[in-house]
Amino acid sequence: MDYLLTEEQKMIKELARQIAVEKIKPVAAHYDESEEFPWPIVKVLAESDMCGIYIPEEYGGTGGGVLDLAIATEELSWGCGGIALAFAATGLGTFPIMLYGNEEQKKKYLPQIANGSKLAAFALTEAEAGSDAGSIKTSAVKDGDHYILNGTKQWITNAGEAEIYTVIAMTDKKKGARGASAFIVEKGTAGMEFSKREKKLGIRGSATREIVFTDCKVHKSNLLSREGMGFIVAMKTFDNSRPGVAAQAVGIAQRALDEATQYAHSRKQFGQSITSFQGIQFMMADMATQLEAARALIYSAARMIDSGAKDIAKVSAMSKLFASDVCMKITTDAVQIFGGYGYMREYPVEKLMRDAKITQIYEGTNQIQRGVIASHLIKQLSKKSKIA
Amino acid sequence: MNIIVCIKQVPNTTEVRINPETNTLIRDGVESVINPFDTYAIEEGVRLKEKFGGKVTVVSMGPPQAETALREAISLGCDEAILLTDRRFAGSDTWATSYTLSQAIRKINAFDVVICGKQASDGDTAQVGPGISTHLDIPQVTYVKKIERIDGNIAKVERLMEEGYEIIEIGFPCLLTVVKEINEPRLPSLRGKMKAKKAQIKKWNADDVACNIRGIGLDGSPTRVVKIFTPPARESGRILEGEIPEVCDRLVDYVKDEVI
Amino acid sequence: MDQGESRIKIIRDKCTGCAICVKACPFNALSMKDKKAVIDYDKCTICGGCQEACRFNAIEIKRVAGTRNEIDFSSYKDVWVFCEQKKGIIQTVSYELLGEGKKLAEKLNSRLCAVLLGNEVRDKVDVLYARGAEVVYMADTPKLKHYQDEPYTNVLVKLINEFKPEIVLCGATTIGRSLISRVAVRINAGLTADCTGLDIDNEKKLLLQTRPAFGGNIMATIITPEHRPQMATVRHKVMKEAKVDGSLKGSLVERHYEDDVFISRTRLLDIVEEIEETVNLAEADIIVSGGRGVGGPENFDLIRNLAKVLNGAVGASRSAVDADWIPYSHQVGQTGKTVCPKIYIACGISGQIQHLIGMQSSKIIIAVNKDPDAPIFKIATYGIVGDLFQVVPALTKKFQEVLKR
Repeated sequence: MDYLLTEEQKMIKELARQIAVEKIKPVAAHYDESEEFPWPIVKVLAESDMCGIYIPEEYGGTGGGVLDLAIATEELSWGCGGIALAFAATGLGTFPIMLYGNEEQKKKYLPQIANGSKLAAFALTEAEAGSDAGSIKTSAVKDGDHYILNGTKQWITNAGEAEIYTVIAMTDKKKGARGASAFIVEKGTAGMEFSKREKKLGIRGSATREIVFTDCKVHKSNLLSREGMGFIVAMKTFDNSRPGVAAQAVGIAQRALDEATQYAHSRKQFGQSITSFQGIQFMMADMATQLEAARALIYSAARMIDSGAKDIAKVSAMSKLFASDVCMKITTDAVQIFGGYGYMREYPVEKLMRDAKITQIYEGTNQIQRGVIASHLIKQLSKKSKIA
Repeated sequence: MNIIVCIKQVPNTTEVRINPETNTLIRDGVESVINPFDTYAIEEGVRLKEKFGGKVTVVSMGPPQAETALREAISLGCDEAILLTDRRFAGSDTWATSYTLSQAIRKINAFDVVICGKQASDGDTAQVGPGISTHLDIPQVTYVKKIERIDGNIAKVERLMEEGYEIIEIGFPCLLTVVKEINEPRLPSLRGKMKAKKAQIKKWNADDVACNIRGIGLDGSPTRVVKIFTPPARESGRILEGEIPEVCDRLVDYVKDEVI
Repeated sequence: MDQGESRIKIIRDKCTGCAICVKACPFNALSMKDKKAVIDYDKCTICGGCQEACRFNAIEIKRVAGTRNEIDFSSYKDVWVFCEQKKGIIQTVSYELLGEGKKLAEKLNSRLCAVLLGNEVRDKVDVLYARGAEVVYMADTPKLKHYQDEPYTNVLVKLINEFKPEIVLCGATTIGRSLISRVAVRINAGLTADCTGLDIDNEKKLLLQTRPAFGGNIMATIITPEHRPQMATVRHKVMKEAKVDGSLKGSLVERHYEDDVFISRTRLLDIVEEIEETVNLAEADIIVSGGRGVGGPENFDLIRNLAKVLNGAVGASRSAVDADWIPYSHQVGQTGKTVCPKIYIACGISGQIQHLIGMQSSKIIIAVNKDPDAPIFKIATYGIVGDLFQVVPALTKKFQEVLKR
């Protein structure tokens, strides 16, 4: 389907696809097995100017928006959802700075992210605070010109490899949801340590670690916006980044569809290609339709965000919810189409199914997404009833 | 440093297939690409520019569609592109091609090094590079696998030989043809692609480069193709059927005389 | 259309629109419009392939000889073979060219001559006589000890200009290709690279040079009608070596030149030899090659073991090299080495065209692959459909027994 992309977006798509096919796909199985961090791929992305596509030109990027990021993430994820995460999760860690950073902070951090020399990460989740982000316990206590951070963040993507972290911590517990603040913390700051890498079901080419803050001193100039803005920064960040996760899901799903249809075409049973059987045909049709619907929803949501619209939370959540659920179904069906071969590690689809699952969980579980959507619907309803 | 890179657009021979009925090439839908060896030449030229400063001019002789290859070269880091295109160039063999390219290089005038790929994947002759250096009367080293260093106007290079390599010193201006071992070509960058899209490709014809008409095209080509035919098909062999140990025994029996 | 003075056109009245010419054209220069053939003059090289294919005589080609070269070709005589030597050792490709050159000289009723450049190579002259050279042209000086483009080119050009050979043959080696390309341009001669066939046309006594194009999918026969000498390079192991006959004698023509002939703008600083762990791939008579089916670097040991038992070399397809299972020096194929062994054993190689290009002229091709539809079986002399992890060790064991190694 022609999404009427701009010339630049078409170039991004073309180049990201070239990188996915030539550089990522050949090594995806290796990184899935070894769980090493794909620094060689990060280098390729940096050299191709991909790292700055969503960062404004004045800070060294090429000035694209959420749609550009989504297009690139989708194509790179086609190669491997885990490897693409080094790039995509950096976006998550960069949005807080782009949305709420002051000029000094932007000038200091954005260029290095744009040229690919540094990766970023976003640290909110804790052991006791997943969906219930409000109950984070990491504290940031003011002490002269610094804040002292104490606490442990859990399951942070890119942790240990990234240089730039946006961390949400409680500056005033008494204020509840309005008591959190967002900080930029650089790797190497004393009192910031990373635990071992987590072993995961999927996206094993990405790094996931705990971050332990022990009397970590962060200068007040690294506070994003004002004290108390922490959750607003987080929510706004998610509104912008959710289409990215959705794009990752679509990329993985597209790969699954491509592999499954190619396999089905060449697999013969009962004397004919299995694509002759309606059972398979209907599966393929459903997979393709759902995939295109997901893609269309993401692109629309992304365009809406890029147009500067204010009320983007609902569509952003919708795109993530739909795309990830669809991705899980498509990858599972892909394994089914491959039959016994689909279950074997030698064939690429079981990895896709393992990679797909996380998209329904992180950056807000799909249950949370539903909650977000519902609360916006209800808000609109109560507005209407006020008028009536 | 002024660097000139010569490239050729060729059909993607990895995709060329034979029509089993007519035994001829199936050309439909076969895309045209930059000759694989030339991508190493482009990469080396761009690396030299990045290291020593200067400019990379990429030149190609071909039909109008060769422009896409030149734009791709710009997206990989070349600064300027020139397409030599003229109906009168058609039918050129390697003599006429190297003559035409050398005339274009003469017109560009200021250069330190001309870099070419070892050979083109459609002709496979490896003659154009040396031909250019002879027309221009400049020294050359072919099969360069590494440019070790450049001091002022002297380069020290490694030349790949069958049983090892030679270390050769050569002065500018000169011509080098490069082999695959020399580098790993980069992917285009976004900025490069955008630059390529906006780039103005210069187009020169035979008059622009002051070619002697007798030296170009079919007339300028000492060699002439008189016959094209499909090679006799290899006699099809046979699949040996049976259990593996037994099949292996038989095979060894068939070929053992050739082994001794 | 005019190309200089040659012309080609479609005789529309005779054209039936059968489109055979379209398929026959290797340059994609023909298409059908309104059921008549149409020529794209941008692409046509007047090779004549369409005229040959047309059954209705609907294609007319007028070839008019050019008048610019008023050289009297009758003064050009003899078949020359440039005999490449390295460290005083004559490369065997030269013997193959002498073998083929003799046939050509006989058809032309002229002499087979050898060209020998080097330092202290005098003792090799008898060797060349024994291989059939009736005349050896030699330049023996320390200045020619190691090959360098410019001195060698200058000397060969001087010899050719003085003695006017009709045909010059040279091996398509690293040195040969570099040297002959320069010479051909200097003396405005036609050069055809990598010929697989050489013959003399009966009528006009021209050298017919046949070579593959498009990776071997098409063969082209090329002539150099209006330039002398006619020059061609031939790859190693394509022709048969000339037999040795110690009773043969010949005459030596030696030349010495002024210093300026040997001026070189390049300087050879060093020669570094890298002995491969096993037999040199390009020279090998037996090659065992592994592809994607091998699955990993350790598994290449299976391939090495078989190669060792057969005293052969180890080759690889591009997939295996790209996956870093084996170094690039072992790669066979379009962007790797072209080989021509007696036996080529392809294990776990599917047979993509870019690999076939590198080995399809092997005498015997044995293919081992678990996919019965793999393209390699179409060109294999013997094929085994099976798991290479079983077949290769079994073959190794059996060869070991039979060859007692």
